Amino acid sequence: MADTVQTWGSTATDKAAAKPTRLQLLLRRRSTIAFLMCLPLIVIIVCLVIYPAFYSIYLSMLNKAQTRFVGLANFTYLMSRDTFWMVVYQSTIFALAAVFFKALLGLITAHLVNNLPAKGQRKWRGMLLVPWVIPLALSTLGWWWMFDPTNSAFNYTLRSLGFAGIPWLSDPYWARFSVILVNVWYGAPFFLIMYLAALKSVPEQLYEAAAIDGANAWQKFIHITLPMMRNIIAITVLFSLIVTFANFDIVQIMTAGGPRNMTHMFATYSFLLGIRSGDLPLGAATSLFMFPILAIAAIFILRGVRKRGREIG
Amino acid sequence: MSSLSRRSVLKTAALGSAAAIASPYVHGAYAAGSLTLGCWDHWVPGANAALDKLAKEWGDKNKVEVKIDYITSQGEKDKLTAAAEAQAGTGHDIMSHRDWNIRIHEDKLEPLDDVVNGLISKYGPISPVAEYLAKIKGSWRGVPTAVGSQVKPCLSRFDLFKEHVGMDLQAIFPADESKWDKAKVDAWNWDAYVTAAQKLHKAGFPIGNPLGQTSDAVDWVGGLFNAYGVVMVDAKDNIKINSDETRQAMEIARKIAEVMPAEVFAWDDAGNNRWLISGKGSSIMNPPSAWAVAKRDNPKVAEQCWSHPVPRGPKGRFVGQLPQFYGVWKFSKNKQAAKDLLTFISQKESIAQLVEASVGYDLPSFKSMYDLKTWNEVGPPTGVVYGYPPRGDEQTSITGAPARSEVGAQIYNQAINTVMVSKFTQGKEKLDDVIKWAEKELEGTLRA
Repeated sequence: MADTVQTWGSTATDKAAAKPTRLQLLLRRRSTIAFLMCLPLIVIIVCLVIYPAFYSIYLSMLNKAQTRFVGLANFTYLMSRDTFWMVVYQSTIFALAAVFFKALLGLITAHLVNNLPAKGQRKWRGMLLVPWVIPLALSTLGWWWMFDPTNSAFNYTLRSLGFAGIPWLSDPYWARFSVILVNVWYGAPFFLIMYLAALKSVPEQLYEAAAIDGANAWQKFIHITLPMMRNIIAITVLFSLIVTFANFDIVQIMTAGGPRNMTHMFATYSFLLGIRSGDLPLGAATSLFMFPILAIAAIFILRGVRKRGREIG
Repeated sequence: MSSLSRRSVLKTAALGSAAAIASPYVHGAYAAGSLTLGCWDHWVPGANAALDKLAKEWGDKNKVEVKIDYITSQGEKDKLTAAAEAQAGTGHDIMSHRDWNIRIHEDKLEPLDDVVNGLISKYGPISPVAEYLAKIKGSWRGVPTAVGSQVKPCLSRFDLFKEHVGMDLQAIFPADESKWDKAKVDAWNWDAYVTAAQKLHKAGFPIGNPLGQTSDAVDWVGGLFNAYGVVMVDAKDNIKINSDETRQAMEIARKIAEVMPAEVFAWDDAGNNRWLISGKGSSIMNPPSAWAVAKRDNPKVAEQCWSHPVPRGPKGRFVGQLPQFYGVWKFSKNKQAAKDLLTFISQKESIAQLVEASVGYDLPSFKSMYDLKTWNEVGPPTGVVYGYPPRGDEQTSITGAPARSEVGAQIYNQAINTVMVSKFTQGKEKLDDVIKWAEKELEGTLRA
């Protein structure tokens, strides 16, 4: 029964045994546990994001055969090309137009959904999220079938109603419109869900106070809703701007950059140069051109977010 | 007990070494190791099975385990895989390479001169396009294969040509080259093509050639340019696009574009196929895949189709060719076995099986193999694909040649020729401005 005997006090040897080691102490710290739990994610990010990013920077500074370091020569070469500047222009138009309409549609639908009776709201929320949930390549193929140059479903409908068909993908300007439309269709639900969450967090008392002061719906929106949503709008716009600038699937599937290179984006042009034409360094340089543009946008938007955060704090 | 002399030891060692060199495979179940292949996934149903069968036959005979992964070219997945394997230095032993990919990975590919030169000495001259794409600095880095290799001659509705153009395509190009009437064949030139296109457009059955930036578009415009002697960049890096030949070819392209449906500017490589199969179109420039699909989906159209050479121009009759190759990576651990397998599947008997399985789609790079019976027998109508392999004075060509192949790859993949035509026709830009634009783009392709 010796093993069941309780002893009070302990010897010096017992004290030494009970003293936690440095490793044990380290493991007991909250920050260590947090780090260990984040470690798998950190490893994934290092392997799949940070390493490829640095590798592409390295690649962009090599010559075409990847045998010689050429510094910034690939970037200066790109800047001397008319087609590249057309790609810059198109990417900017695409991203700004798509993000603007996604934000606008997201805001309107968020308000509509927010004002629905609680009973049916969940169903509408689910249905409106569908475009965002379907894999993009798959839904874009569906859109491509509807815009099909020869057998477009839209044109079939238009012609049945007595209208002329529209050259959705064969006319460069309609093609630009089409790819932006698909991007807006796909991305608007993200704005909807973010704005809906923001709307629900606006204290009801503010609206009640405004109503007592005689504010109409528009005044409530301008003076209460928008200021309360400014940070979430800024962050969603930033996030969407990054994703939209880097868009590849929609343009590649629908137009592959044509007609006459007039729908190419950074990503598709980079793919054309890097993979299809076999000039990986130039392809890497093209895709890296997005980085400073997005970095500048991120700095301005996040500075605004921080400033407003301090004001609220 | 025999004594072990120095002479007997040397003799045994020499014999052993000779045996190891002469017969690299030790017999036993897969005793000679394994080979992995990353092959282009054929779009003709059942065509992959013919390659599987050949690989198994060779593997069983040589005790090598052969494993083939079929990789689709949809979304350039095969090219992405090759690029990833080249960068990583690991992957399949043998890899399929379409069009310009041999040049792109030349420094990572094993020289295959022994294989290709052996085939040339057996089967005669090889396609100049295959040589241009795979013989880099005097060394073959890829073995041209029939699988997936193609040319893009005319595939026309002979009933519509007879009715609306007054041309009997089956009589001009019967399924026996010896019966071709030279005068009638010579009269099939680009001017005649324009006239036919105009008549067919008027009759409500326009021809359909894509003018986007995919290979079908680049290839037919390339054939037209070559027929008029247009050189974009020569072998010595001189930009030659600003020429009378270019102006002549562009004028022909404008006349053709005027009588084609407006959507050709958005067609991918399947657009022209769908056009013919739908029954709305009268002629396209394509391998027989359009006919094969029509046979399944619209048999009445298929029965009226006929393959025949492209029109001739002042400098000759040029059809766009896109060969495929097998390359052996330098990092392959079983190079000799890879070369032996490639030699085996490049023999005429093997090619005959591959061509048959692809219903005549696969095109070998040796003219001496164009007498395979498949092209005579396939139908309906019987002989529909006889005119698919280049016959008569038809020569193969590729856009970008004769520029250095690394320059040619840029010209081809950036579709500079079709963008020129689109700017001139759809964009209504002045021809001189279009040529100036092309000069600037071509200047860019010469970047070191």
